[in-house]
Amino acid sequence: MTVVDTILVPLKRVVDANVRVRVKPDGSGMALDGVKMSINPFDEIALEEALRIRERGETGEVVVVSIGTQVWTQQLRAGLAMGADRAILVETDQELEPLTVARTLMALVEREHSELVILGKQAIDGDNNQTGQMLAAIWGRPQACFTSHLRFSDRVATAMREVDAGLEVIEVDLPAVVTTDLRLNEPRYTKLPDILKAKKKPLQTLSLAELNVDPEVQFRVLGIEPPPQRPSGVKVSDVAELVQALRQKGVV
Amino acid sequence: MARVLIVAEHDGRALNASTAKCVSCAASFAPSAIDIAVFASDGGAVAAQAAALEGATGVIRVDHPANENALAAVAAPQIAELSAGYTHVFGPSTTFGKDLMPRVAALLGVGQLSDIMNAESAWRFKRPFYAGNAILTVEAPEDRPVVATVRTASYQAAEDSGNAPISQRTIETELPTHTRYVELRSDSGGGRPDLQTASRVVSGGRGVGSSENFQIIERLADALGAAVGASRAAVDAGYAGNDLQVGQTGKIIAPDLYIAVGISGAIQHLTGIKDAGVIVAINKDSEAPLFEVADIGLVADLFAAVPELAEALGEQARSGS
Ligand SMILES: Cc1cc2nc3c(=O)[nH]c(=O)nc-3n(C[C@H](O)[C@H](O)[C@H](O)COP(=O)(O)OP(=O)(O)OC[C@H]3O[C@@H](n4cnc5c(N)ncnc54)[C@H](O)[C@@H]3O)c2cc1C
Ligand SMILES: Nc1ncnc2c1ncn2[C@@H]1O[C@H](COP(=O)(O)O)[C@@H](O)[C@H]1O
Repeated sequence: MTVVDTILVPLKRVVDANVRVRVKPDGSGMALDGVKMSINPFDEIALEEALRIRERGETGEVVVVSIGTQVWTQQLRAGLAMGADRAILVETDQELEPLTVARTLMALVEREHSELVILGKQAIDGDNNQTGQMLAAIWGRPQACFTSHLRFSDRVATAMREVDAGLEVIEVDLPAVVTTDLRLNEPRYTKLPDILKAKKKPLQTLSLAELNVDPEVQFRVLGIEPPPQRPSGVKVSDVAELVQALRQKGVV
Repeated sequence: MARVLIVAEHDGRALNASTAKCVSCAASFAPSAIDIAVFASDGGAVAAQAAALEGATGVIRVDHPANENALAAVAAPQIAELSAGYTHVFGPSTTFGKDLMPRVAALLGVGQLSDIMNAESAWRFKRPFYAGNAILTVEAPEDRPVVATVRTASYQAAEDSGNAPISQRTIETELPTHTRYVELRSDSGGGRPDLQTASRVVSGGRGVGSSENFQIIERLADALGAAVGASRAAVDAGYAGNDLQVGQTGKIIAPDLYIAVGISGAIQHLTGIKDAGVIVAINKDSEAPLFEVADIGLVADLFAAVPELAEALGEQARSGS
C-alpha cells in the first residue's frame, strides 16, 4: 500500500570518504584539485532506503535532488543509476549554509508535493549535521534523525534512532523528515546496464531564483588551518614494557 | 553584552556532564548571564544540579508533561520562546544537542554553528570540519542570536560549587503532538563508566573478530576501571552497540588514556580521539595508521597481548600500587 507518492532524497557531492584531504599550504581552503568526489555516504544510505520503500510498494517514486554546480549532475546520474526515478539540480555556484539548503529543500517539497524527505544525518565535508532538522523546523513537521531502522504503518512512521544512550524508538506522523545513520542499510552496487539506463532518466535543472530562495551568508569565514599535530610516540616491544611506559606517563 | 541560554541535557534524574561543558564554553567569553534551561516533566532534581554549576547565573525550570522525554520537535518551540533576551543559545554536541539545536536555529530564522571547540570572543569561534582534518574560524553576526552546539571533548566540565537561583516558567507556545517517544533500548554499559566522560577508554575494532572475543576488551576495561568503545567496523559487525562507536560520526571523546585494540586508525576514527591524553595502539600490523598518532605502540597479536595486559594491570590494582 502506498504511504507517500514522492520521496525526496537530497544528494550532496563531497570528497570521497577514503581521501585524506588537507588544508592548502596558504590556508585559503582545502586542497581539492583532482580528488575523487562521491555522493555523501549517508545520502547513499538515504537513497537505498527510499528505493527499498519503493520496492515494498510504499511510494510511487523516488526523486534525487542536489543544490550545487553543474558537475553535481555526476552524483545525480549515479543516484539515477542506483534506481531513483528522476533528478532535480538546483544550480548555484555559491557555497550554501545548511539553512539555505533547508529553505531550498522546503521549496522543492512544496513543488513536488512530497511527504517524506530522507537525508543523510551529516555531510562528511562540512560535518554540520543540521539540514534535515532545519527542513523539519521550517516545514513544521516531525524529524526522525540518526535513524537505523524505519517502518510505516498507515500514516505513521516508526523510527529507531542511534542516540548516545543506545537506541531510541519514536513514532512520527507523516509528512516527515528522516535522517540516516550508518546502520540503516547497506547501499546496493550499481550494475553497468543501470548506468546506461540512467542516462535516459529525466534530470531537470532549476535555479534558486525560480524557487524564491535568497542564498544569504550568515557566517563569515576568517580562516582555515590544519589541526595541531600530536607529537610522535614510541614503540614498545612487549606487554611488560607497555605497562612500564603507562606508569611513566602516570596514567595507570 | 552577551547573554547565554544553555539547554540542559538530562535523563529526568541526572544532569548530563555535557551541560557543565557548555557552561565552560560560555564562561570562556565572560558573558553577563549564563542561564540554564531545564525542560522536564518534573525538573526539580536536575535544576538543583544545574544550579550548582560554577558560572551559571540562573536556572529556568520549564515543567510540562510533554517534556517527560526529550523530543526535538517538542522542545525546540519552547526554547525559541525562551530565547528572547539572549544573544546566544547553546546545547551540547551530543546526539541530544545535534538533534535539537538546528531545529531551534531554523525556528529563529538563523543558521547554527556546530561543534564549537574554541571561542575567541562571543562572536568568533573555531570548529573542526572535514573529519577534523581542518579547523575553521568563523564570525557570527552580532545582530542575531548565535545558536550553536559545543564540542564537549574541547572543554572541562564546570565545577559544581555554585549556587544559582532557580525560577519556573510556563510556556505559551502550543506543543506539537506529531512526534511521540516510544522507548529507549540500551543494553551496553554493564555498569562501566560512561564513554563520553570516562577518564580511561579501551576500544576494540574489527581485529577483535567476534562479539564473544569482545570480552577480551571488556576485561581489560574492567582491570582499568575504563569505559568500552569501538570502531565503526566493530559496531557494524555487531561486536558492540552503536552507542560505543567512537569517531567522526560517533562519539568524540577526550579521556586521559585511550587504548585502541585491533583498530587500524582510519581518519574517521582518529578524529574521535584527537584530544585524548595518552593514546595506546595494540595492533599486529606495524604499518597501521593508528601508530602514527599513538603515544605508545605495541605491535602484537591482541589475543596474547590484551589478556596479559589485563592480568598485569589487574595485579597492580590488587596490590594497590
Ligand atoms: C561516512 C563514514 C563515517 C564513518 N564514521 C566512523 C566513525 O565514526 N568511527 C569509526 O571508527 N569509523 C568510521 N568510519 C569507518 C572507517 O573509515 C573505518 O572503516 C573503520 O574505522 C575501520 O575499523 P577498524 O579499524 O576496526 O577495522 P579495520 O580497518 O579492518 O582494522 C582492523 C585492524 O585490526 C588489526 N588486527 C587484526 N587482527 C588482529 C590481531 N589478532 N591482533 C592485533 N591486531 C589485529 C589489523 O591489523 C587492522 O589494523 C566511517 C566511514 C564512513 C564512510
Ligand atoms: N547542497 C546540497 N545538496 C543536496 N543535499 C544536501 C546539500 N547540502 C546538504 N544536503 C543534505 O543534507 C544532509 C546533511 O548535511 P549537513 O547538514 O550539511 O551535514 C546531507 O547528508 C544531504 O542529504
